[in-house]
Formats: sequence, C-alpha cells, structure tokens
Amino acid sequence: MKEHARRERIDRGIKARSDDVYALLSYREMLYLIFPRVVPVVGLAILAYFLPLYWKKVVIQACIFAMLSISWDFLSSCGMLSLGQALFFGIGSYIAGSLNHFFNIPVFLTIPIATLVGGLFSTILLLPVIRLRGIYFAMVTLILPLMLMRMIEATKILGGTEGITSLSPLPNIWVEIVLSMGGMWFVLFSLRRFISSDYGLIFVSIRDNDRAAMASGINIYSFKAQALFIGSSVCAFCGAFLTHAYMFTGMPVFALDYSILPIAASAIGGIGTLAGSLVGALILVPLSEYLREFSTLRIVFYGLILVICVVALPEGIFHYASRKYTQIERWVKVE
Amino acid sequence: MAILELQGITKTFGGIKALDDVAIEVKENTLLGIIGPNGSGKTTLVNTVSGFIKPDQGKVLFRGKETTGFPPYRVANMGIGRTFQMVKPFSHLPAFKNLIVPLSSRRVRSQAGGGYGDKDAIALDVLEEVGFERDSSVPYKTASVLPHGYLKRLELARLMAMKADLYILDELFSGLSIAEVTSIIPIIQKILKEGKTVIMVEHRLKELFRIADKVIVLNFGKKIKEGLPKEIMEDEEVRRAYLGVEV
Repeated sequence: MKEHARRERIDRGIKARSDDVYALLSYREMLYLIFPRVVPVVGLAILAYFLPLYWKKVVIQACIFAMLSISWDFLSSCGMLSLGQALFFGIGSYIAGSLNHFFNIPVFLTIPIATLVGGLFSTILLLPVIRLRGIYFAMVTLILPLMLMRMIEATKILGGTEGITSLSPLPNIWVEIVLSMGGMWFVLFSLRRFISSDYGLIFVSIRDNDRAAMASGINIYSFKAQALFIGSSVCAFCGAFLTHAYMFTGMPVFALDYSILPIAASAIGGIGTLAGSLVGALILVPLSEYLREFSTLRIVFYGLILVICVVALPEGIFHYASRKYTQIERWVKVE
Repeated sequence: MAILELQGITKTFGGIKALDDVAIEVKENTLLGIIGPNGSGKTTLVNTVSGFIKPDQGKVLFRGKETTGFPPYRVANMGIGRTFQMVKPFSHLPAFKNLIVPLSSRRVRSQAGGGYGDKDAIALDVLEEVGFERDSSVPYKTASVLPHGYLKRLELARLMAMKADLYILDELFSGLSIAEVTSIIPIIQKILKEGKTVIMVEHRLKELFRIADKVIVLNFGKKIKEGLPKEIMEDEEVRRAYLGVEV
C-alpha cells in the first residue's frame, strides 16, 4: 500500500514567544529577531557604497520604487485599492518643481513641503470618492493622473509639454543615497510598526470588513482619509526627490509606470506585509535595468519573469521566506 | 419611557415595499423578539435602525432623539449595537484583537475618560464572558479559522465591548446547534440583568419565545401582530403567515 504523508508546520519556539512579547531571554533569541532586519539594511548600504555610479543610480531608483510599493501595499491594507500611485507621485513632483523654479525655494525646503502639501492635496482631491470601494475607487485613482497630464498639456501651465527643467540638484550622490535609502527604511519600519499598533489595527479592520467597523462605532471615512494622507505623502516625497535628482519635472511623472510597477512589485514580493513590496521593488527595478541589454526583447523577458514569479510563488517571496524562517516543517505519516 | 421608537417607517427597493408604515416601541430593559417569514423585512428593519439604510419615510427615535439618516458609526456611538446575520469578523485579526476596534470607538473612549487603558486585557475579559476560554488558544486564533459558533459569540462580544445600551441581534442563533444556543441564552439574560435592552430577530421561535418579553410579527413589510409570546403562538394569522393558507 502506498504510504501517505503530509507536511506539518510548527512555529519555532522563539517565534511563538516573540510574536507579541519581546524576546530578551538570550543573545540567540535577540539575534533571531535582529538578523533579518539588520542584514538587509547593512547589506544594501555596503552594496551601494561599492557599486559603480550607474548602478548607484539604479539602487536609488529601486529605493524610490520600493517606497511607492510600500505605500501601495499600505493603502491596500487599509481597504483602498489604488491604481494611481502616479497621481501622488506626480503631485509631489510638480509641487517641488514649481516651488523651486518659480519661487527659488532651496531643495531642503521643497522636498518636505512637497511631501506634506502633496499628501494633503492628494487627500483632498480623493475625499469626494472616499466612499467608493474596491474597483470603483481604483478606477478613479487610475483616471485622475491621466486627466491632470492632459490638463497640463492643454492649458500649458507649469511648463506645459516641455516640463520644468534645470531645477536645483541634490548636493551629491551620497546625499541622494542616504535620503532615498534612509527614507525607504524609515517608511518600512515605521509603517510596519504603525499597522500592528492598536490604532493601525483599525485600518486593517476597515479592509477586512468596513460594515462591521462602522457598526463598531468607527468613522471609517476619517480613518480612510488618514491612511490616504500617509500613503500619498510617501509617494509625494518620492516625486519630489526624483524631481531634484533628475533636475526635471514634466508630464512623464504622471505616467502609468509609477502606478503599475509598485503593484507588480507587491505582487511578487507578497501583499500585506509591506516588507514584501520592498523586496519586490528591489528585485524588479535592477532586473529591468539589467534587461536593457536585450533592447526590444526586454519587456518580453521582464514579463516572462513576472509570470514565472507569480505562478511559482503566488504567496509572494516575503511570505515564503518568512514562513521558512519562522516555522519548522516536517513530514508526518498519515494512516 | 421607550428606549427606541419607530414611527411609520417605509422603505421601498425598486417598487417592492420592504417596510410598510412600521411603528414599533421598545421599552427599556426588555427583550423584544421580531419574527416573520423570509423576506418579510426583518433585516431591513435592523439596517434602518442601525443607520445602514435610510428610510423613505418615517422616523427613528433613540431615547427621544431622532437618529434617522445618521451614519452607522454615529448610531453605534449613541449606544445602538447590532450584529450581522452573515457573521462579519475582522478575519485577518486574532479574535481578541477584533474587539480592539469597538474598544477604540468614540463611545468607549469617552466613557473611559479619554484614556485607552489596557485594551488587550479588557478584550480578553469580554471574550471570556461570551465563552472563549481564556486559558485556551482560542482567543488568540485568527478570526478566519474560528468555527461558526465562536464567530457568532464574537459578534455578541463586539457589542459588549462597545458597551451598547441596545443590542440588536440579527439571527444570532442561525446555524447554531441546540447545545450552542442553550449556552448563549444565559449570556443574553445576563445582558438584560445589567439593565440593557435587547431586540432579537429570530427564526428559532421555540428558544425565542422562552426568553422574549414581547414579540412582533412582520409579513410583507407590515407589522401584522404584536403581543406576548404566548398570544403570538396561538394566533391564527401568524400561523397562516408562516405555514401558508390551505386551499
């Protein structure tokens, strides 16, 4: 007779203890917690230090896309499916560019202003549709950046089709690396902590069940607006940063790339963990640069790799890796 | 004084009258049962009181104050708690974290004097009251893996955590075994003993008639009968609504 077996998964003792309570029982357990956090942070920093200038720029771009992906994942964790990260990104970019070009405000002021004002402006813009759910909300976010793009084209305001050029650059490449990488880690760790706090739980509950959240006395629209502000501020920061890094802002900032790539990154990295989105972006962006060698076939290979990732690991890289890290698997015989 | 008063509530969905001039008065600290065949407008009534549906006509008064057209969270913060017929847990959260949501509502915060306190501990206390064994792993399990019976209790616990004054239980007993129903009835009786008011929408008439103070019968959106459980049981019109007319 054929023997049957099934895979059994058991949480590692350390994991079970560390889920809620801080494990400070031994150096081994502390190491277990710190290791997966410190290694990527330090590793990426060292990598960026030794890479040639061109690939340094790629790392910066990857960090920016990672932030866009984290923001997308955060919004989707709060029940808002956004297809328009480009909207928040573009608004941040145009605010920073215009302040710098028309009012001569220096870089270290335009970026923070664009972050906050961009977040606020995006939130106000979407406030009328905050009651929409799922695909209806997504449709509005998809269409708004395209509308803004055409409005700029038609009215020729803010540089029109030419865009705004020769903006002040960031002081040097090291400032760019520190700002983008530091920003990315800050966004990741603070949002991960935020979403697992009691206050953050309310956001997740709205995604799980907005009617039950309302019946529990939660004003979900106020919470959704807060989530929108947080998510869009992150994107606005990315827009403002890249505007100065490229010394240019124009209609391309509302391009679909900025909306779609973050979603692809979250999908292959693992949705719902924020960290997965980061992993996805750090893989996809360098990959897309590397594939430039294949010129026109680039998009074919890119698409192929995406499909393979999604089919082979539908749960996402991060979910898979964290399961392997926190659980012991063994085969058990089934009678 | 009546804690809840409905005056001439009418609601139509595309030509079908889900509720037709329904007037109900609920006295404080009583258990009102609402029964009726499928599609008689029971859940529409619950949705109207809890603010999920705005009636076409009529008024909802809670403690003498009109709440018609208020959004659900505002109604909830006034003290009207409702469960859902289809259980609606926050499925990604552990059971006890489900209660963090009502414990974060404006109502609970203002009653606790603005402070949050140790919400996890309060949540575990409330869960113990509805039968989640504290020392077992059940309160810590993700809501999506809990069995149906526990999810129904979790719905009830949500209202208790919210410190609701009026409990509207929409088919709480549906899909539960007799043993489970028998274990939940004492919890409801305890809620009543604490001075709260309960409205139960039910299909499990036997259990309902045992604990209800008054029963209202709906049929085709109309209130056809109101009275003591005993009177309702013997009423000819109610029998006909439930069993149909013999030809």
